[in-house]
Amino acid sequence: MKDVLEHIENWQAEGRQIAVATVTQTWGSSPRGPGSKMVVNDKGEMFGSVSGGCVEGAVVQEALQVLSSGRPKLLHFGVADEMAWEVGLACGGTIEVFVERLDW
Amino acid sequence: MSESSLFATFKSYIEQEQSVTLATVVRGPDGLLGAKALIPANGPLLGPLLDTPWRDKLIRDAQLLMREHSSATRRYEDDSIEVFFDVNRPPSRLIIVGAVHIADALIHFARPLGYKTYLVDPRTAFATPERFPHVDAMVHAWGDEALPQIGLNSETAVVVITHDPKLDDPALKVALPSPAFYVGALGSPKTHAQRVERLLGEGLAPEHLNRLHAPIGLDIGGRTPAEIALSIIAEIVAVHNDVQLGERLPVSG
Repeated sequence: MKDVLEHIENWQAEGRQIAVATVTQTWGSSPRGPGSKMVVNDKGEMFGSVSGGCVEGAVVQEALQVLSSGRPKLLHFGVADEMAWEVGLACGGTIEVFVERLDW
Repeated sequence: MSESSLFATFKSYIEQEQSVTLATVVRGPDGLLGAKALIPANGPLLGPLLDTPWRDKLIRDAQLLMREHSSATRRYEDDSIEVFFDVNRPPSRLIIVGAVHIADALIHFARPLGYKTYLVDPRTAFATPERFPHVDAMVHAWGDEALPQIGLNSETAVVVITHDPKLDDPALKVALPSPAFYVGALGSPKTHAQRVERLLGEGLAPEHLNRLHAPIGLDIGGRTPAEIALSIIAEIVAVHNDVQLGERLPVSG
């Protein structure tokens, strides 16, 4: 959390809406463990990471939806190619990411 | 958002470097999704999840996970509800008393292990930014003054290595009765025996002296400053990981 706090504060000062995405569970190899976070604002700007860079783009899209709907969402990302996992690519494995609006 | 929001409270625990866990429902009925409880290691519990019938189990799980230092999910109500526990603990600290050669290598080893490093020495000619450009913070003060100022919590290790009782003893008198998880002091068994006698004479309790790691470090036959630093940092990691390192001879009062 500490790594994204500064961005949250700056965005709050600018009056932006903010979504927080948190890794809740991982299976197999994944570069970012449970508790890893990224934050997204309503302009689509992001900071932090929940994977090695493979799912961040999708998380930004989901975060923007969560910001407009106000409904939190649990995202599930798996590997499309089993081989990717076997050869130990950074983006192998499966992760779950919880996305919510920072309104608490 | 008011300053008393759950987030503001959560943030202040993190900024004050105190352990805190945020529990959030990530799977379950719509009305409960995103609902939270804030469970600090020291402080009042907060949040709507404390009004659920499974609050006791939730609090127990949070405390267990905080002890293990791990963030994870747990399920409740016949697995119909999944809660993520976001465990935040303060960064570990290494406070080194004595701007000596061993300190240089200790700082090098400690930083990649996640320790925030502090160097304490009142001798400004020894403790210079030129000699220790890699340290996180340098404090030009005596140990008994500097240690409380930096703060000694359960994530703090204190290493006393000046080789001079005049500088070592005041630091030990503050560090040993504190919550610091590790306190070690450099010196041969003979030096240590004299130190024990001196500190007991000055009123330090035997149970506090018993927790002093001295002679300091794991026995890896270290001779150079870097080897001695390696043995010290290895001992600190072992103690932090709750590994039993064999019994030490108790000090009788």
